[in-house]
Amino acid sequence: MKMNQEWKKLNSDIHSGMHIQGKWHKQTYVIKRKLGAGAIGSVYLCEANGKLAALKISDKRSSMTVEVNVLRSLGKVQGNRLGPSLLDVDDWTAPIGTKYSFYVMEYLQGESMASYIHRHGKEWAGVFMVQLLEDLEQLHQQGWVFGDLKLDNLLIVSSPPRVRWVDVGGTTQTGRAIKEYTEFYDRGYWEMGSRRAEPSYDLFAFTMAFIHVYYPKRFVKGSQPEKLLFRKLDEARGLRPYRNVLKKALAGKYASSSQMKREMLQVIHDTQKKKQKTRKQIQQEKEAPFLLEAGGISILAGAYYLISLLFQ
Amino acid sequence: MRKGTLKQILLITDGCSNKGEDPSATASLAYQQGITVNVIGILEDEQSEQPEGLKEVEDIALSGGGVSQLVYKQALSQTVQTVTKQAMTQTLQGFVNKELQQILGQDQSLEDLEPEKRGEIMEVVEDMGETCDLEVLVLVDTSASMHDKLPTVKEALIDLSISLNARIGRNRFAIFSFPGKRKDIQKVFDWSPALDSISTIFPKLTSGGITPTGPAIREAMYQFGKKSLLRSFRDEDEPGMEEA
Ligand SMILES: Nc1ncnc2c1ncn2[C@@H]1O[C@H](COP(=O)(O)OP(=O)(O)O)[C@@H](O)[C@H]1O
Ligand SMILES: [Mg+2]
Repeated sequence: MKMNQEWKKLNSDIHSGMHIQGKWHKQTYVIKRKLGAGAIGSVYLCEANGKLAALKISDKRSSMTVEVNVLRSLGKVQGNRLGPSLLDVDDWTAPIGTKYSFYVMEYLQGESMASYIHRHGKEWAGVFMVQLLEDLEQLHQQGWVFGDLKLDNLLIVSSPPRVRWVDVGGTTQTGRAIKEYTEFYDRGYWEMGSRRAEPSYDLFAFTMAFIHVYYPKRFVKGSQPEKLLFRKLDEARGLRPYRNVLKKALAGKYASSSQMKREMLQVIHDTQKKKQKTRKQIQQEKEAPFLLEAGGISILAGAYYLISLLFQ
Repeated sequence: MRKGTLKQILLITDGCSNKGEDPSATASLAYQQGITVNVIGILEDEQSEQPEGLKEVEDIALSGGGVSQLVYKQALSQTVQTVTKQAMTQTLQGFVNKELQQILGQDQSLEDLEPEKRGEIMEVVEDMGETCDLEVLVLVDTSASMHDKLPTVKEALIDLSISLNARIGRNRFAIFSFPGKRKDIQKVFDWSPALDSISTIFPKLTSGGITPTGPAIREAMYQFGKKSLLRSFRDEDEPGMEEA
């Protein structure tokens, strides 16, 4: 396929240790390793003036220009956390003559949200949900819709753990047609709404991202898409506390992320309370003689077991 | 900026033509009249290499000023959209490049500008792509080998209509199949703003034997209506753009 040939070209044009110098701004970047690739281009870890950064490069020059425009516009938002900050934009011609556009951005060192939640516990799902809703709220207020919201485009950076998004290729001005999307996350594919850029489009994709955490292999839509999604939500144990809010998001019931965030916080608050109650019960049981003998470790295990039951 | 109508033929086929004039020739004729020709070549599941006959796919799109892509049946939906949108951007960029040359002089194109200026111009291209009116004539090859692919084609077209109808600009779609019963092409779905009602109409597609791609493109060209054809003739320096 034509696209495959383009990939091969890019992969043979760029390798670690290579120096890439911009045509316009003359800054030189040393390529360290590949961070990832997607539909538009490849992203490499690079170094310039002793600092690490991420460099996205592609021969799809107009798509790259569109992304840069979005990053520029988001960069103007106070206390910018909406996407990586933009450091440089330039062109580069490979030794064999292929012309590329590239841009350099803040390197977000992190791990995937799915692996983070699976390693550190499902209560983190709630934390990241609230963080993401907060960022979406800000983005929507600026008149943008993220569009291609999906696990691939979410990273958890550490200390403190925070979800950040990359790849603004789908980020679209409110009211326009979504620029780029991924089928599994797209409400149009699930026959549950239009592809017009509005906050509820992101909230649908948001929910699909958390569904994807618990169904890593995804699934196809079948003949009753809405029913299927609701069932999958019910069957995902880790999502049980949030499922009513998530269902409303799938059905397009939230016109804004702040509304969804409010209800999400309420749900988390209620679950937390139940959790505390369980802790108290355990405390009382602890006073029973046979449990005293059992020692601290099994008490902790018992508490953890009870809490995890609550979350099922 | 002037509002205009973009005209596209989207040819969906799985093989090469075997009857009538060279499809590249008719595609270039269409392009001269302001209609870009895009081609999607569907590969068989077991095909791993680019088959000989599908070189034609690239050639038709090249002469037709459009975009081409080979694809497996499973990825058809996304491809139909990418190709259509890319072709829109390409046409609009060509149009903007022409205007640029008038301002900046010959041999100046979008790529020769520094990234900052390019960004501003790309914004204009994007605005035009969002707001312009669009006419897409889908030309589906219904020769025997396409038979099992038609349901997927149908789904992909409905999906295309969902995407394009999220735009601010207006759309018109029509579907023709070829070869037709007695003519080169046959109308499957007349010009209308959405494709969501094609489910009942699609079974009409019948499988034949020959593949007259060239004549089919020529006939498709005339389906865009006499009025717009005349206009495009007059505005020869604006391929693909017609004043509204
Ligand atoms: N700023 C960044 N810091 C760290 N990793 C990144 C950064 N940007 C992108 N990546 C990684 O590269 C992958 C591909 O980049 P992306 O911008 O999503 O490309 P595409 O538009 O082609 O999908 C991402 O999924 C992510 O893993
Ligand atoms: Mg991506």
